[in-house]
Amino acid sequence: MASAAERHTFPELAKRAVADTQLRRNIGNATQTIRAKRAAVVAEVPDWEDLREAGRSLKEHTLRSLDRYLVQLEEAVTKAGGQVHWARDGAEASRIVIEIAERHSVKEVIKVKSITTEEIKLNEALEAAGIRPFETDLAELIIQLGDDVSSHILVPAIHRNRAEIRELFMRKLGLTELSDRPSDLTAAARTYLREKFLTVPMAVSGANFGICDTGTICVVESEGNGRMCLTLPQVLVSVMGVEKLVPTWEDMEVFLQLLPRSSTGERMNPYNSFWTGVMPGDGPQEFHLVLLDNRRTDVLADRTGRQTLNCIRCSACLNICPVYSRTGGHAYHSEYQGPIGAILTPQLHGMESAASLPYASSLCGACYEVCPVKINIPEVLVHLRTRAVAQSGFTLEKLAMGAAIRMFDNPRLLETAQKIARVAQRPFASDGYITGGIGPVRQWTKARDLPAVPSQSFRDWWRTRR
Amino acid sequence: MRVALFITCYNDTLFPQTGIATVRLLERLGHTVEFPENQTCCGQMHSNTGYGDEAIPLIRRFVKAFRDAEVVVSPSSSCVSNIRTAYLRSLVDTGDEALKRDVADLVPRVFELSQFLVEKLGVEDVGAYYPRRVTYHPTCNSLRALKVGEAPLKLLRAVRGLDLIELPDAQECCGFGGTFAVKNEDTSVAMLSDKMRTVLGTRAEICTALDSSCLMHIGGGLHRLRSGVRTVHLAEILASTEGDFIHGERR
Amino acid sequence: MSAAREEVLGRIRQALSRDPAGEIDIARSYRRTAALHGAELVDRFAERAEAYKATVLRVDAAGLADALERLRGRFVVPDDLPEEWLPPEFIRDHRQLGHRDLDAVDGVVTGCALAIAETGTIVLDAGVGQGRRAITLLPDFHVCIVPVERIVASVPEAVAALRTSLPRPLTFMSGPSATSDIELNRVEGVHGPRRLEIIILGETPD
Ligand code: SF4
Repeated sequence: MASAAERHTFPELAKRAVADTQLRRNIGNATQTIRAKRAAVVAEVPDWEDLREAGRSLKEHTLRSLDRYLVQLEEAVTKAGGQVHWARDGAEASRIVIEIAERHSVKEVIKVKSITTEEIKLNEALEAAGIRPFETDLAELIIQLGDDVSSHILVPAIHRNRAEIRELFMRKLGLTELSDRPSDLTAAARTYLREKFLTVPMAVSGANFGICDTGTICVVESEGNGRMCLTLPQVLVSVMGVEKLVPTWEDMEVFLQLLPRSSTGERMNPYNSFWTGVMPGDGPQEFHLVLLDNRRTDVLADRTGRQTLNCIRCSACLNICPVYSRTGGHAYHSEYQGPIGAILTPQLHGMESAASLPYASSLCGACYEVCPVKINIPEVLVHLRTRAVAQSGFTLEKLAMGAAIRMFDNPRLLETAQKIARVAQRPFASDGYITGGIGPVRQWTKARDLPAVPSQSFRDWWRTRR
Repeated sequence: MRVALFITCYNDTLFPQTGIATVRLLERLGHTVEFPENQTCCGQMHSNTGYGDEAIPLIRRFVKAFRDAEVVVSPSSSCVSNIRTAYLRSLVDTGDEALKRDVADLVPRVFELSQFLVEKLGVEDVGAYYPRRVTYHPTCNSLRALKVGEAPLKLLRAVRGLDLIELPDAQECCGFGGTFAVKNEDTSVAMLSDKMRTVLGTRAEICTALDSSCLMHIGGGLHRLRSGVRTVHLAEILASTEGDFIHGERR
Repeated sequence: MSAAREEVLGRIRQALSRDPAGEIDIARSYRRTAALHGAELVDRFAERAEAYKATVLRVDAAGLADALERLRGRFVVPDDLPEEWLPPEFIRDHRQLGHRDLDAVDGVVTGCALAIAETGTIVLDAGVGQGRRAITLLPDFHVCIVPVERIVASVPEAVAALRTSLPRPLTFMSGPSATSDIELNRVEGVHGPRRLEIIILGETPD
């Protein structure tokens, strides 16, 4: 299904990834670890299924009245002393951030981990404008220093091991001595970034939730780099997708239970920050909220695809996914990986550039089962496959699928085909199994034998009985 | 009860023994089995691969074949799950209200074999005998879409002579996934390797499940390895009786 | 800017135009309270906070003086921290301290808005005895005094109680700062305080 515009298809990238046994082992161990942690803390919550239903319905309720809720949030933020900007696409959002930086003659900004700003390639835009972004989340720092790309929405450097990180830190942070103990590596990052926290006057963050009735924005995190960025600089800019709204403050009681347990497998992540506009004498004295569309409204217009916007980016679907846990994240060639990446990337970046992603799933349904906001990912995958087929031109697959329908819609033709298969398989069949062939059979038989078509079909048997 | 058998296209073509076993089993339990001969394929491959619209004639064909059935039973959880979840979804935009009504009317009467036995009929001991070490792989469609739960295990536990061995990481997908198995061959096989490792680790002689399709994938890998472990559909185990074995060997 | 606003809102309205009228109901069948009371409530909070590698002390009024007495070094405290909660050596913050000053002290002592037993979380809302956010962020050691009557059982109870704290900033803290970014090994103490000590104050109710 790969179209010309998709430069790196999932099967190609996955082939390389699964051949890398070290990577497969790292990702496999890591996902197993988080899965177990999540399962334990979810089992502790007696009303987990009720919370999931609440999460789903809250998200769907909000999306159904998204225009009204956005206006309400805008009013509340403005009233609390913040400034609200609207961006139709990534370029527009980046321009808004750059203009704010330029107005303050800022040459450096500190950043809180934010996939939304990755999605719009904000760092590249800032650099092009002569502004240096410093990623402050440990994993993002590892990615940034290594000129690497994220492979997991929550733990972006999950594919790197401690030895690689040590080598990277020594080289990039100019250290002559450093052990590969995670605590020492973490301490090195702390020392390196502390000076930045104390001196850089502007921060850029994403947002986990925007609370409409109070105008409060929420960022959840673990390391404290988020709190540093949200508290110490004079100017704070938060870039938030338009779908991240919750109607009222009280609704946070649902998401503050669903998110941490689903994502890091903790009862609560170490830090949640909530701020409302500007608080005199406490934190940034200038706050900007950038509301980003970037094709989210197209997703909203698709009644089946819309549920994708429920996502709270917990990453439970990545960790449980049997495909992700074999291939890792780079095979998805996107800032969104795993099952959510497979449905979000084609919708946000266009099917032409990601037509193989909806097929990067065995449709096992494990993602749907863990998703805290009940996104029926298999349903959306199948829906997007339909769109991929509709958008592709002539393919051999289409021809074959059409022929198969004609065969299946006519029992006589089906029987003829069974007979032809019995003859055609002869060169490849021995001992009741086919061990080679052409086309899909060749793909199948690279590592698996295929049962040969037996001489009598069920239908034949049924007739002999009567 | 009058049971209409939906054999499914690939059981018909590749695994007739699964269908034969289903017939023997249901008849042994005193039911009348019917086989509407105009049935073919539920359209699962098409709708899961993105050709849902093209598969609508197959929905129509299925409804026509089974409309008058008291119950429809199929030895394939994935086909039953396709019928239950995808049919109405595929028809949403067609405006064919009559067909939608027919589907809605028929779907509650369509059962996967083990669910039919345990949940609909309340039978656990079907009088089977099968002197083998067996491990059970819960296929994704049976586990998550149909939520068959303990039904197949209850049936297996009641089989005389059978030594049921628990499969570690049983809920992990085997990597079949329909066209996924060829479109993403490398990943599919990576998943299969792990599944085979756990199956072989149980020292079972037989790996069973509710789907011949997943078993074809697992069994195809095990055969390539010359492992000696075979895959057998649950229906065949349940259909077996003492008469099928002489000194523990199959006749 | 307002052109973008109108366009985005227009696209949203367009996207929703085929939806049936009416709102989607929010399913509220989840628990709003947890059945945790008295000693069990306090025990649960202590146990869950310790699970995050916070140090937990349980003291009465006399015990608090002893606990504070042990604190060595210079501690920053909010300007309205009660007299009885002061460590031996302290500097009151009237927002006169710069970030570098805060970075240089040995610790901070504060109270809290409330604490959540089920999750082992303390919540600061910039209210009395808590100060501005920076003072609990830059020092490497945070001592937080939690009067027993401030402990609530569950997240929904906490969220309900915090409504009146808004629009002041809120910070939920569960243990010291931490990361699992390197091979998923949890390391306590990254950018925020590396040590968190929670002093539960008051008679444990029955
Ligand atoms: S799709 Fe669901 S499980 Fe996956 S990241 Fe989003 S919220 Fe989490």
